[in-house]
Amino acid sequence: MPKLNGGEIIIESLKKENVDVVFGYPGGAVINLYDALYSSNMKHYLGRHEQGVIHAADGYARSSGKVGVCIATSGPGGTNLVTGLANAQMDSIPLVAFTGQVSSSLIGKDAFQEADIKGISLPVTKHNFLVTDINDLARTIKEAFYIARTGRPGPVLIDLAKDVTQAVAEFDYPERVDLPGYKPTFEGHKLQINKAAKAINEAKRPLLYVGGGAVISGAQSEIRQMVEKAKIPITTTLMALGIYPEDQDLALEMLGMHGTQYANKATLETDLLIAVGARFDDRVTGKLDEFASQADIIQIDIDPAEIGKNLDVEVPIVGDVKTVLKELLPFIKEKENGAWQQRIKELKEKFPLKYEDDDSETIKPQYIMEEIDKYTKGDATIVTEVGQHQMWAAQFHKYKKPRQFITSGGLGTMGYGLPAAIGAQIGQPEEKVVLIAGDGSIQMNIQELGTAQAYNIPIKIIIFNNKYLGMVRQWQEFFFDKRYSSTKIPAPDFVKMGDAYGIWSKSIDQKSKLDTALKEAMEHNGPAILDVHIPEEENVYPMVPAGAGLKDMIGG
Amino acid sequence: MTHILSVSVLNKPGVLTRIAGLFSRRNFNIESLNVGKTENPEISRMTIVVKGDEKVLEQVTKQLHKLINVLKITELDKNSIVERDLILIRVKCTRKQRSEIIQIADTFRAQIVDVAPDSLMIEATGTEDKLEALTELLRDFGIAEFVRTGTVALSRGQAAK
Repeated sequence: MPKLNGGEIIIESLKKENVDVVFGYPGGAVINLYDALYSSNMKHYLGRHEQGVIHAADGYARSSGKVGVCIATSGPGGTNLVTGLANAQMDSIPLVAFTGQVSSSLIGKDAFQEADIKGISLPVTKHNFLVTDINDLARTIKEAFYIARTGRPGPVLIDLAKDVTQAVAEFDYPERVDLPGYKPTFEGHKLQINKAAKAINEAKRPLLYVGGGAVISGAQSEIRQMVEKAKIPITTTLMALGIYPEDQDLALEMLGMHGTQYANKATLETDLLIAVGARFDDRVTGKLDEFASQADIIQIDIDPAEIGKNLDVEVPIVGDVKTVLKELLPFIKEKENGAWQQRIKELKEKFPLKYEDDDSETIKPQYIMEEIDKYTKGDATIVTEVGQHQMWAAQFHKYKKPRQFITSGGLGTMGYGLPAAIGAQIGQPEEKVVLIAGDGSIQMNIQELGTAQAYNIPIKIIIFNNKYLGMVRQWQEFFFDKRYSSTKIPAPDFVKMGDAYGIWSKSIDQKSKLDTALKEAMEHNGPAILDVHIPEEENVYPMVPAGAGLKDMIGG
Repeated sequence: MTHILSVSVLNKPGVLTRIAGLFSRRNFNIESLNVGKTENPEISRMTIVVKGDEKVLEQVTKQLHKLINVLKITELDKNSIVERDLILIRVKCTRKQRSEIIQIADTFRAQIVDVAPDSLMIEATGTEDKLEALTELLRDFGIAEFVRTGTVALSRGQAAK
């Protein structure tokens, strides 16, 4: 068996896990690993900040469906990963993060660049490890990848004492893992599946409520069969946009705080809510005791702890969403649900998503989304930052495939979008990747423009520039008598900024210029920034105030 | 409502932190937590006394199960277990009070484990109720200090029919 040093063992282990792309930032504690990278053919993308590095790995994981891998050094390198770990944990994204640690003999001595990253990352990872013995290294990596990608996926951190990356050992990658305390359930319980089938066959107004778990599980074709076999209308969370094409009659698009009126009204009227890989988040349900209050609930989830966490359910099924739906489908009777279909049609006609526009040169953000949808024929991967623009991007673009909309859902991380778009593009080199950003969010990891430029990553950055932290401003307008406390944010000259990075950039404030500018940006061979000035006080409608029931929607 | 959970965990570094951290992050209430070795050197058993209704208990159990190093969780039924808590109490006492305190200790089948001119140390084991009753009786003499292990518990063997 070959003898390798720790750095080389990591590279060889990554190859065994079919990893060909890593994102990272070097430093003293990982210098041996970087030395091993230097002579390997592993593709390494150097970010400009560890937060950017981990969000890029996350965007890569979401677009490709593979495990994202990132590397950071000890101390500040590790602590800069924390937001990215929490972000991936909330949205169940498979990541393996390697951090350097000071040498085992120095641990606990407050050595230079020492931080207890294992302790710090404990509540924001699915699991984590500290490796102080080279003989544990390969097995730990094997376990980390297994834990990250199976069951309910999530981020796993491996902290590497510096001497471990230096030491030499025989490389023996284990074939299988031995984790007696970790046994995810994949198949649904037969009895529960029969119960669910009976409930679905008997329901008069069933409604599918589908979340990110269905995307992770790759259940789009089973979801589609469910919808079409029994004519069940479907609403999705922010995390599952596009799992079923949104231009279809039975698609109700997103539900919740900024969901469509028809989706929210349907949840009020349904007599059977079928939750698939969704976790009844407060941004979805609003006031819990009013959510789907007329309905029995079937909940399918791979994580038993999600079942009944927020709401009691009548038929829980623990298992992998795709597997369970496959088991369930043969028992579902073909049905027309005529009256319910009619009602859904009526709701969609009566309460469409809308916004006010006129013939002036004002550029409405919703209009930009529709234009992007049109220009890209609805095929682009849309990545977003967090805020108003994120909601307009969710609402005014019709998504038609899973993994087409990439966003920070659970944690709501401003600064996620730019690095995630870079990662998403690397994960899907053939796709057009468009980043929808706010002028506030884009500044939170703006340094990653350097990464986009250095590797000529052809992402198209559309900045919805309203010179405000718009979502908070909107809440201040509605609930704090327009007292705009610290939400006015003068934007820099994004064109000059783009120029400084050597990135094609343009700024527009007239609607008549949008078409040409979009075309130029989209056709530019390389990254492009289009700064679009939108009305300063445009609001996201409809809106359910935090803590209110879905019936209490404002506007739209 | 209190529940006693018996949790088998792999003896890995940080496993106690993971469990304590989980309780704090999810806002669960721990009454007491006790860790010790078992017949298998790779496995430790934690006895956790949790406060909360059935719903809380269900979440606690499910969230604990998600920890990679947790092997098995059993809720112990109070009617079919042996539960014990150990207490060490140092009671102030004058020479005259000594025999009275020793009598009380005898009644509770407790041991006198240290004798000093102005105090006695008593060791007692039993259920929480018993130890509380003992502490209450000794309070009149003045308790200098005491320490308790928290509950440990095991299920009884199968009842004979």
